[in-house]
Amino acid sequence: MNLSQARERTVGTGGVELCVAELGDAGRPTVVLVHGYPDSKEVWSDVAVRLAEHWHVVLYDVRGHGRSTAPTPLRGGFTLEKLTDDFLAVIDTVSPDRPVHVVGHDWGSVQSWEFVTVGRTEGRIASFTSMSGPSLDHFGHWIKRRISRPTPRRVGQLLGQGAKSWYVYMLHTPVLPELAWRGPLGKHWPGILERLEKVPAGDYPTASLPNDAAHGAWLYRDNVRARLSRPRPDAYAHAPVQLITPTGDSFLSERLYDGLEDRVPTLVRRSLPAKHWVPRTRPDQLASWIDEFVTANESAARDGGPVQQTVAQGPYAERFGGQLILVTGAASGIGRATAFAFAEAGARIVAVDRDAEGAARTAEMARLIGAPAAWGEAVDVSDEAEMEKLAARVAAEYGIVDVLVNNAGIGLSGSFLETTSEEWKKVLDVNLWGVIHGCRFFGKQMADRGQGGHIVNTASAAAFQPSRVLPAYSTSKAAVLMLSECLRAELAEKSIGVSAICPGIVNTNITATTRFAGADAAEEERLQKRTSRLYGRRNYPPERVADAILRAVVRNQAVVPVTPEARGARLLSRLSPGTLRSVARLKPPL
Amino acid sequence: MTGLAKAVQDANTPELRGFREVQRLAYACAEAVAGQLRSGVTEREAARMQRVWLRERGVRDWFHLPFAWFGDRTAFAGFKVPLQFFPTDRKLEPGMPFILDMAPVYKGFTADVGYAGCLGLNPLHDKLLADLEAHRELILREVRERRSLREIYEDVERLMTAQGYANRHRAYPFGVIAHKVDRVAERRWSPQVFGFGTQALKGLVSDALHGHREGWSPLWSPYRFSDHPPQPGLWAVEPHLGFRGTGAKFEEILVVTDSKDPEQSAFWLDDDLPHVRRWAEEKVAA
Repeated sequence: MNLSQARERTVGTGGVELCVAELGDAGRPTVVLVHGYPDSKEVWSDVAVRLAEHWHVVLYDVRGHGRSTAPTPLRGGFTLEKLTDDFLAVIDTVSPDRPVHVVGHDWGSVQSWEFVTVGRTEGRIASFTSMSGPSLDHFGHWIKRRISRPTPRRVGQLLGQGAKSWYVYMLHTPVLPELAWRGPLGKHWPGILERLEKVPAGDYPTASLPNDAAHGAWLYRDNVRARLSRPRPDAYAHAPVQLITPTGDSFLSERLYDGLEDRVPTLVRRSLPAKHWVPRTRPDQLASWIDEFVTANESAARDGGPVQQTVAQGPYAERFGGQLILVTGAASGIGRATAFAFAEAGARIVAVDRDAEGAARTAEMARLIGAPAAWGEAVDVSDEAEMEKLAARVAAEYGIVDVLVNNAGIGLSGSFLETTSEEWKKVLDVNLWGVIHGCRFFGKQMADRGQGGHIVNTASAAAFQPSRVLPAYSTSKAAVLMLSECLRAELAEKSIGVSAICPGIVNTNITATTRFAGADAAEEERLQKRTSRLYGRRNYPPERVADAILRAVVRNQAVVPVTPEARGARLLSRLSPGTLRSVARLKPPL
Repeated sequence: MTGLAKAVQDANTPELRGFREVQRLAYACAEAVAGQLRSGVTEREAARMQRVWLRERGVRDWFHLPFAWFGDRTAFAGFKVPLQFFPTDRKLEPGMPFILDMAPVYKGFTADVGYAGCLGLNPLHDKLLADLEAHRELILREVRERRSLREIYEDVERLMTAQGYANRHRAYPFGVIAHKVDRVAERRWSPQVFGFGTQALKGLVSDALHGHREGWSPLWSPYRFSDHPPQPGLWAVEPHLGFRGTGAKFEEILVVTDSKDPEQSAFWLDDDLPHVRRWAEEKVAA
């Protein structure tokens, strides 16, 4: 299905003819998608076809854009009041008896904020999903608050947003914007979008772009100054709002939405590591969040109850809610704690481990603490064929992985001269090849989807701290660290982040399963017990490593040493590698 | 309970009956207070309710004064100093887990019980409570095998880790999973120091001194001083699970004897306790 198969009609209102397209079953609840500037309804094509599987999707070209006609004269023809008239005319035609769910991007969101905060649409809107477009009234209050009570931070926020709004000032100059759009800017715009905003090339932007952009300048001229200088005091939302904030937006600061709860009684926040044009760059994520939000509000309306809490609590819930996370080595230690931390943030979890029972247990507990779904998969990461099968199965049954955590690892201690080649092979198979297989199969799926993602590889403080007792383990982890750095360079253009986590001494059961090269069974058991007790005494909990992993994903950090000793070693490896070399010669007291 | 264990108990009737009586009294108190907990009740109020309930029924001395922990305090989240164990003004909210922990002395017999519950529905808390059963079985089995207390401690911890939980009894003083309890002399005046009764502490200290000479300790900890087989006597055992802001425990008395018969060498003082009944009901329901 695509937009060309949509049923089209024309709705006349206030002297203009609006081009309205419909997709999906008209008997289902209606979702109205409102586009921004300089766009036409085609900006929504990828999101619309995904939503049309469950909903009656309606898109229309805003007056003066796409195949809708422009008002005459243009000046004064684009006020928010008139845009609200258009919206009401459209929804009265496509969904006369039922309230609709509105989704707006950019200027579509700005006008939708007007729709949900004015009295005459009350009862006609069931929910609103906003992305990259604040309410001009809220924005006006935001500026006023910062001017009337300036603190250094508030002044900084004001200047920051002021700089991001450079194009708004340009659009207020007469004639020049129109000339630019109908001339060179219109011609180069698709290339600019592709290069700077990472919008994939294709059927968007459409040929009507120069006209859309020239007419749309009046959106700014008719509304911005009027609303920002005299914001409505009563701009309270009368419908639940889902706010999706792209964290890399070049035009809007995330801070614009601070304190929004005061004016929006039911607010769900989401954040997305992406640039401004999310309907083009992240259609899967948007469709799934819109779908979830519309479903929650529909069932609340049907049952007459309050809206179910659709979003998990916790500091990272905005970011990971509903995403698909795959963690290897998830039956214990850091892997399990990481799966739980993501589950707490409302993510869906695939817990992978050799230990089927442990993986299933992780999935079970993950569901109890907030994961909407979780599965345990028994796979040995060192087995290429098994990993390939797993990747195919996950893609087919659960979807494309948003965050991949290659965490599975085993320990091997003992001097180099006593380490056999089998032992070397085993440790490299799991610690290095496991990561390679994960990155190859799941990373490829992420890259092919082209909607971003993140890969986390668990390296170790041993990756930069040499040691006479951990030659094989340290080598494998150093390789993981370098692999992560190279991959990060390669995948950056696909908006896929790669982080290497270097935990340090963490209290997990890796010590209880570590091989000690050259030791007989009894001696090995003694050493395992002894190191376990030492690690237990250090007692750094894996939960804190899990926190560091989530933070690394949110901040897209490259290398994250976690424990103080890991951070210290990292620092020394750069300032004074000689010290680390001396430490490497020490024999640990075991 | 098997016939053999019963024989031991019968042989010690007055002694064990006294302990059983006070343990039942303490659990009755826990259930009564838990039944009265409402949204908005603070930890201090819950602790006072326990104290008043037991005083009314003749308790005059304490091994330790009643504790109450609500919400993430059941998992001892962020506990750094022992003072944090004392009840606070934290209010109970719907769905919140809570733990009531008290150790009354009644007619010279000591009990130390822990009761975990939650206000309303909380599937996660139910899961934790259900998973405690395996620990009760594990501890009894390994004590009967006369394994070193330190090893048993580590096995319990290993089971908790396998279940996905954190060992939260490590937060107790000396990280103990259990400690010895004994008869306490009834004095007219028995002050408390940091919530602990001086008479009971005296007993513990004298045990510690004896034990130090004989190579055992009345504290069952992860440290070397607990690296000895179970010492005959009464042990208040309190495995405490924590899982991301939710904690659950039980605490009850394990009787250890010097009998050669494994069944007689160790047994739980009483099998008719709220958590044991709960597991039995769950099995019937399943």
